[in-house]
Amino acid sequence: MRTFYGTQLANPLLLGTAQYPSPAILESAFRDSKAAIATVSLRREGAGGAGQSFWQMIRDLDVHILPNTAGCHTVKEAVTTAHMAREVFDTRWIKLELIGHTDSLQPDVFQLVEAARILSEDGFQVFPYTTEDLIVGERLLNAGCEVLMPWGAPIGSGRGLANEYGLRAMRAEFPDTPLVVDAGIGLPSHAAHAMELGFDAVLLNTAVARAGDPAAMARAMAQAIEAGRLAHQADPIEPRDMATASTPVIGKAFLS
Amino acid sequence: MKIIVNGDPREVAATTLSELLAECGYSGRVATAVNEVFVGSSARIDLALADGDRVEILAPMQGG
Repeated sequence: MRTFYGTQLANPLLLGTAQYPSPAILESAFRDSKAAIATVSLRREGAGGAGQSFWQMIRDLDVHILPNTAGCHTVKEAVTTAHMAREVFDTRWIKLELIGHTDSLQPDVFQLVEAARILSEDGFQVFPYTTEDLIVGERLLNAGCEVLMPWGAPIGSGRGLANEYGLRAMRAEFPDTPLVVDAGIGLPSHAAHAMELGFDAVLLNTAVARAGDPAAMARAMAQAIEAGRLAHQADPIEPRDMATASTPVIGKAFLS
Repeated sequence: MKIIVNGDPREVAATTLSELLAECGYSGRVATAVNEVFVGSSARIDLALADGDRVEILAPMQGG
């Protein structure tokens, strides 16, 4: 089984911590889905110290923590944020986001590769939020990344896997690299689809946090991910254009 | 001396970054940057502030 910088995940679900109706519901979503990794961020601390209570809650979840560089638009901004995250969260893991387009939040892959190289050389273990572009994937691996996280669809869009062909090609191109579909998942069937393609994990947030019942949706996602993983391991049949009878023809009674 | 703390101008008595954190009531787990440059926690005590410095004080927050 592929590992994430040497860490094996009991459950290949990476779950975001934003947008939940309440901290209690966030906790339920993690408990019910048994997500192995929580993504988190850094923001300005107010006088009330809201960040400290959040930090305590996240620690109590007893999951791996993956801080992000969400909202960063330049290499310098992302690298500085990563350094701040490493100190606060006490981890070398960083979900590297370099946003290039305001409406689609599409990653700026040129800056992404540059930032990934700088951070990898500085001892970070980078989880890059990227596209399904194979050449960018190769450049990220050359820059020191040992995990790739292509988008399924734009963040928060819930559109599922917009480019199945591209993701399938990525899986085939990088057979030994842990691959995570990050962003765009809206339904459990989308998550199952990613796992059926042979992806190693799914990262999602909005689909659970903004569902009417986040804890139930988190559970549904976890079950779908498990189903998709099992299906991939079970070596599915190839689709075909015409029917092929499943009931044996031999032994059929002559009744006409 | 006037320091910009998380975007807000403040008149402070602190002369170092660690004094500024104490003066502004930050005692928990935070990360700091001065004029867009990361300053690790061990370096705060020696980091002298100058009038007009921009200080960012960040803490754990929800994220996707």
